[in-house]
Amino acid sequence: MSSNRHPLFMPLILVGGLIFGFGLAYSHMARPEVVLDFLQFDDFGLLFVMFGAAIVSGIAFAVMPRIRDSAPLTGDIYGRRLKSFDRNVLIGGGIFGVGWGLSGICPGAAYASLGIGNVTILWALVGMFAGAYLQGVWRSKRAAADAAPTGAD
Amino acid sequence: MLAELAVPAQGVPAEPFPNGISRYAIGGLLVGLGAVVIYLGTGIAAGASTFLESTLSYVSDQSRFKRYRASRDWRVVFTLGIILGAAVYAVFWQGGTWTTDVQPWRLLIGGVLVGIGTRIGKGCTSGHGVCGVGSASRTSIVGVITFLTVAIVTAQIVQAMGVSP
Repeated sequence: MSSNRHPLFMPLILVGGLIFGFGLAYSHMARPEVVLDFLQFDDFGLLFVMFGAAIVSGIAFAVMPRIRDSAPLTGDIYGRRLKSFDRNVLIGGGIFGVGWGLSGICPGAAYASLGIGNVTILWALVGMFAGAYLQGVWRSKRAAADAAPTGAD
Repeated sequence: MLAELAVPAQGVPAEPFPNGISRYAIGGLLVGLGAVVIYLGTGIAAGASTFLESTLSYVSDQSRFKRYRASRDWRVVFTLGIILGAAVYAVFWQGGTWTTDVQPWRLLIGGVLVGIGTRIGKGCTSGHGVCGVGSASRTSIVGVITFLTVAIVTAQIVQAMGVSP
């Protein structure tokens, strides 16, 4: 990302977030009950949300690199979202799955849930920050231990 | 409203889409559109869960969070946008606030596991599920299958144990 940000960078992020959040609320994914209904096979609507969104974004990811070399506001090359695969994807996915299945809440939907006035969701948001912090402390320590094996405690 | 009263007690649903399909299809298209707007302008394929770690970098010196300092400002703006966009829905469509009946302990413990899991697993339902699957990323597809399967099993067990809501 360029160091001198385009003046429209932040406004565009905000507009994208607005549409994203409105979509989450409109689809009722901001309601844990509706997500739990899906996971308990009472309402399969969530499939339309996730795959509908993936198809829309997939078209952009497939088309934009052929039309333009780089994005107008950052100069970044148009690429796809590709992350390396390792055991962490399975371990983290499994832990996330237990949390999602227990609460019916995932990060984006939790922010949107706050927007629809669901103050009770603060329990989930506090939990998410605590969980992200715990893994951050643990991985920071492990990274330090890996960097200096003799000094590991 | 009628559909909510007619929710089947347990097990097999009376119909696969008791609340219709349009709200999910339209909502999903808008979620994708939000991600696309950001991608078109910036080339960024955004996910929602990195906000947790990037925001912690404001208050914590843990080395793990430092890698997200460059993106933390726009991630705050993205999240504020999500909250505001949902608020627009609440005011003009929902007609007021809505509050969950899911018990706080489920939200808190679930939230902790979600916070740990998405960060170790490199993404969440938006990063892996929308942008990753949209990118035809094998890592994201495996990630989605993993958390979707585990979540279904978990939710079924919780329901079978009689925990509700």
